Amino acid sequence: MSAETAQNARRSGGASLFTDQRFRSLFYQALVVGLLGAFIVFIVFNTAQNIEKRGIQTGFDFLSAPAGYDIAISPFIEYTAQHSHGRVFLVGLFNTLLVSALGIIAATILGVFLGVLRLSPNWLVSRVVYCYVEMTRNVPLLLQILLWYAIFLGLPSVKQSMSFFNDTFFLNQRGLILPEPLPSDGFMWVPIALIIGLVASFIFAKWAHKTQDATGKIYPVFLINTAMILGLPILAFAAMGFPLDFAYAELKGFNFKGGMTIKPEFTALWFALSLYTAAFISETVRAGIQSVSHGQTEASEALGLRPSWTMRLVVLPQALRVIIPPMTSQYLNLTKNSSLAVAIGYPDIVQSFGGVTLNQTGQAIEVIFITMLVYLTISLVISSFMNWYNNRVRLVER
Amino acid sequence: MSNANTNTSKKTDEVAIQLNGVHKWYGQFHVLKDINLTVQRGERIVICGPSGSGKSTLIRCINRLEEHQQGDIIVDNIELTGNLKHIDAIRREVGMCFQHFNLFPHLTVLENCTLAPIWVRKMPKKEAEEIAMHYLERVKIPDQALKFPGQLSGGQQQRVAIARSLCMNPRIMLFDEPTSALDPEMIAEVLDTMIELAHTGMTMICVTHEMGFARKVADRVIFMDGGEIIEENVPEEFFNNPQSDRTQKFLSQILAH
Repeated sequence: MSAETAQNARRSGGASLFTDQRFRSLFYQALVVGLLGAFIVFIVFNTAQNIEKRGIQTGFDFLSAPAGYDIAISPFIEYTAQHSHGRVFLVGLFNTLLVSALGIIAATILGVFLGVLRLSPNWLVSRVVYCYVEMTRNVPLLLQILLWYAIFLGLPSVKQSMSFFNDTFFLNQRGLILPEPLPSDGFMWVPIALIIGLVASFIFAKWAHKTQDATGKIYPVFLINTAMILGLPILAFAAMGFPLDFAYAELKGFNFKGGMTIKPEFTALWFALSLYTAAFISETVRAGIQSVSHGQTEASEALGLRPSWTMRLVVLPQALRVIIPPMTSQYLNLTKNSSLAVAIGYPDIVQSFGGVTLNQTGQAIEVIFITMLVYLTISLVISSFMNWYNNRVRLVER
Repeated sequence: MSNANTNTSKKTDEVAIQLNGVHKWYGQFHVLKDINLTVQRGERIVICGPSGSGKSTLIRCINRLEEHQQGDIIVDNIELTGNLKHIDAIRREVGMCFQHFNLFPHLTVLENCTLAPIWVRKMPKKEAEEIAMHYLERVKIPDQALKFPGQLSGGQQQRVAIARSLCMNPRIMLFDEPTSALDPEMIAEVLDTMIELAHTGMTMICVTHEMGFARKVADRVIFMDGGEIIEENVPEEFFNNPQSDRTQKFLSQILAH
């Protein structure tokens, strides 16, 4: 008997189809897909039946119907009770985007700052940050939102408003009241100068890089660019003779007239989201910096690179690859957590569109579907941007 | 490797490094005790001794990766103090290779070599790359220039690390157990590179247990134990006629196999 036939005999001997590894894994996969499909068919069928039984009208017509309720905060688009539910959707969407974007910015700045401080050799500084992180991230976010809201509602009433800088700013339980900027002719040059500054600094950075490659000369790019981005608008502002007036708020009767108000609902949500997420980000940043071995710093310094360059050229590029994936999760968390706005009545998409509109129209499936789609879209945009960035800083290994 | 020191010394009378009464403590632990050492320009010194004897700490003090607490260290006529200008100046002239190579994993081999010349010597990129390729050829891996360190073997990585230091055109090279983390078959390629470097007249201080290397190129072998220099001698005498008991014991252990 040749070796080959012996092997064949062994292979067929006593083997059923079910002991075959490939068949078995195919079988289980097919089983799972089949069960999942059956479950989905059941859900859809059941829902359709229930909707029909109760005589609920389906469809997206409700979006053009008048909403009939007020929304307290709509900084970007005009909204009154006569506007449609579709408009409510936009107001809610913008409010969600506003608090998420500002939250991400504040949490990132504060988190990076705290993460670096946590590594400080100063015992007191690192302990204070440690206490902050542990206290913030171990208390449920909802409680923190309620706490901040309670603090802001505990401020003096309108009549007893706190006044700052000679009646320029007022603080009371209805919010922070600021003078409203009224740009006059020529103010448009300020944003134009800002754009010119941004473009110029981009070009300068490229030019400085090329010049360094060619001649070795190193320019203080960061300093010069900061000066351009901040300086050009200020210059333009001064050159046009300061074309900006302010409408100061005044107490008339029971409320303030004029000026702009930042509502306590927004501030409470923004504070809580930023402070809570910053605690997580600071831990991420600390872990990222600590993940770069001390040998890297030593090798860099032994080559004569100064500590600031070592940080910029050697440590940070390596720390970023550790920091970015969990940072992405934190950004996604913050965005989704902003839906806790519903607890204090900040009109984000869940509170306004997903809450009041749903209750008034009864179009639960459509409203929930749209709202979920919004979060899914925002999350996918954030994570694809972060993945793109992560790919740029990725390490090549064997 | 032959046992004879085949190499005519390039040692000169000029002093490259001088240590006078250097002490260092880690907390309560006295790591360096009254170290006195003078290294001439072009001299090749091998430091050996049991682990924990302070030999790594000693050479790490020379480029201020560790701070000494007492005594003077003078490198290239510059005194090593807290003065950052002095530290910068010394680090520009002193190259160092580490046990674990410490290449920058996010940069290619070529970028590893050009980083310091570009940022410290303010060299045009092209010139830095030419110099880097020159040294990569000298350590015999010019074909790996565009790879990342993670794609190279340990021996290749250590040779890149040597090339990276040489790109700064140092006058003195420090080696901190450069072959200890390598597989046996890779040790030879790194030692060959170091021997070749020794032939160019570079001032070298090597912490190593490679006694063949010591015999072949060292002008002087220093034995340290418990933070002190116990014995120093030319290799011939050091190996054939060790004076102290501790040296004899160490040598019998290390040369047993």
